[in-house]
Amino acid sequence: MRVEQISIFLENKAGRLAEVTKVLAEAGINIRALSLADTSDFGILRLIVNDTEKAKQALKENGFTVGKTTVVAVEVEDKPGGLNKILEILKKAGINVEYMYAFVQQSGNNAVLIFRFDNTDEAIKVLVENGVKVIEGKTLYSM
Amino acid sequence: MIYNMEFETLPREALEAIQLRRLKNTVERVYATVPFYRKKFDEAGVKPSDIKSLDDLKRLPFTTKQDLRDNYPFGLFAVPMENVVRIHASSGTTGKPTVVGYTARDIDTWSELMARALAAAGATRGDIIHNAYGYGLFTGGLGVHYGAEKLGASVIPISGGNTKRQIMIMRDFGATILTCTPSYALYLAEVAQEMGVEPKTLKLKAGLFGAEPWSEKMRDEIEEALNLVALDIYGLSEIIGPGVSVECIEAKKGLHIFEDHFIPEIIDPDTGEPLPYGETGELVITTITKEAFPVIRYRTRDITSLNPEPCVCGRTHIRMNRVTGRSDDMLIIRGVNVFPSQIESVLMEIEEVEPHYQLIVEREGTLDTLTVLVEVGEQAFSDEVKKLQNLERKIEKNIKEYLGVSAKVKLVEPKTIARSEGKAKRVIDKRKL
Repeated sequence: MRVEQISIFLENKAGRLAEVTKVLAEAGINIRALSLADTSDFGILRLIVNDTEKAKQALKENGFTVGKTTVVAVEVEDKPGGLNKILEILKKAGINVEYMYAFVQQSGNNAVLIFRFDNTDEAIKVLVENGVKVIEGKTLYSM
Repeated sequence: MIYNMEFETLPREALEAIQLRRLKNTVERVYATVPFYRKKFDEAGVKPSDIKSLDDLKRLPFTTKQDLRDNYPFGLFAVPMENVVRIHASSGTTGKPTVVGYTARDIDTWSELMARALAAAGATRGDIIHNAYGYGLFTGGLGVHYGAEKLGASVIPISGGNTKRQIMIMRDFGATILTCTPSYALYLAEVAQEMGVEPKTLKLKAGLFGAEPWSEKMRDEIEEALNLVALDIYGLSEIIGPGVSVECIEAKKGLHIFEDHFIPEIIDPDTGEPLPYGETGELVITTITKEAFPVIRYRTRDITSLNPEPCVCGRTHIRMNRVTGRSDDMLIIRGVNVFPSQIESVLMEIEEVEPHYQLIVEREGTLDTLTVLVEVGEQAFSDEVKKLQNLERKIEKNIKEYLGVSAKVKLVEPKTIARSEGKAKRVIDKRKL
C-alpha cells in the first residue's frame, strides 16, 4: 500500500523547474501529483508519476540528483473536515507527519492526501485499522 | 620616532656586516641542531662554512610551509623544549596548524620589533593602544601587546569581537593608537556611526593595520572614516608574527623590513631564481636572530617587491611594497588564513558529501564573507528539507571548528561547479580591494 515518490534537488534559480518538466515531457512521463518545498537556497521537488523508474532514469541522465521515497496516499471525501479526521487519527496514534500535500481527483468527489511518515508501516496499519482508504501505488500511478 | 636609533639607522655596510655574522651563526646552529636542515643542506651539497658572504645565502635550499607541516609539531625547533617559553600556531594547508616556538630571548626580540613598529606609527609612552587583534594562538594580539608594553605605552587588550563595547571603551579610555585588521577598522568606523559616536571625536592619531591584504583605496577610506593615519604592518607567524616590517609615518610608502633580524629576498615563484631590487616576485625571508624557531629562506608566498632607496624617516632598512597577492591559493578572510585544501579535508570527513566544492569570497560592506558551495550527490540528498539544512549546518560547524572562520554553506546541484581542464575552479574572490 506504499506509493513511490521521486524527489529532485533543485537550486533556486530561474528555469530549473522547467528543465525538470522538459525532461519528463520528452520521456513521455505523466505527473500525477507534485509538491515543491523550498528554502532560501534550494528546493526539493516531489513528484508522483505514472512511471517512477523511467522518470528517475531520465532525470539522472540529465544530471539531476534524484531520490526515491515511499509515501502513503489516502483518499478522503472532498468536504470540510476530511483532512482533519485523518490527522486526528494520526495524532492519537502518535504518528509524526514529515510532510504532506494533497490534490483533488478528476471526478471531483474525493481528495487524495500524500503523506510522508518516519514510520510508514506503522502509519499504514493505523490508518487501515481506522477504516481510512489507503490507495495502492498502481491505482495512483494510473489515476 | 625611531625606537632603536642605533640599529634602525645603521649605515648599509655596517648593517650587512651584522647580517653576515648573524646569518653564519644561524646557519651553523640549525645545521647542528635541526636534523631537517642538516639533511637539506647535505642534499644541496652546501656546508655552513660555505656561507662566506650574504650572496652565498642563495646557495641554501628554501623552506616551505609543507616542510613545517612534515615536521609537525615541534620538529623544526632548534632548542630543547625547556628553553621554549611560548608556542603560537597558524592555519596549515590541511587540518594541522603550523606551529612555532619562542625562547625568552625570542619574545624579547619580538617585543622590541613591535615596539619599533609602534614607534614608527608615532606611538610613545604616553599613548593608549587599543589592540583589537585576536589574542590566542594567532600571533597578532600578543605580538602587539608585548611591543606596546616594551614601548611603555598603555595597552588595552580588547582582542576581537563585541564591537559596540569596543567603541565605548575606545572613546571612554581615550585610545590614541588602534591596531587591528584593516577590514575591522572599517567595521569599527561603521558601527561607531550607527551608535551615534562620531569617529572624528575619538582621540585616535594612528593605526597599524595588517594580517590581511589591503589597498591604498582602503587606506584612504580608513583615514577618512577614523580620522587617523593608517599604516601597513606585515608579519607571519612562521617568521615571528607581526613586526617583520612596518610603514613609517613620515613616508607612508613601503614597509621597512627589520633587516638586523631578517634577510629578505625576492624570487621568481616558478623558478626559484632570485630577482633584482624593484622586480615583483615572492618574498623569501631568513631569520638571523631567532633561537627556538629559526627559518632559512622561508617562502612566504606573498607577492611584493623591494625598494632599496633611502627613506625620509632616516631608517636605512630596505622597504617592501604592499603585498599584492599570493603565489599559492591561500585566502585571508577576516584575518584568518584559509586554504581551499582545508575546506576539502573538512568535506572529506563528512561521509555523505563528495568533495566537489567552490569557495566564494565577497566583501559585504566592510567585512569579508565566505560562502562554500557544495554539490549534493545522491548520498547526501534527502527529500526532507530539514535533513538537507542540517547537513548545511553540520558543514558550517565543522569549518568553524577546524578553521576558525565562519562560512555559509550552500548546497548546489551536481556538476554545476565548473571543472576546468579536470581541475575545478575552487575559488572565486569577488573582493575588490
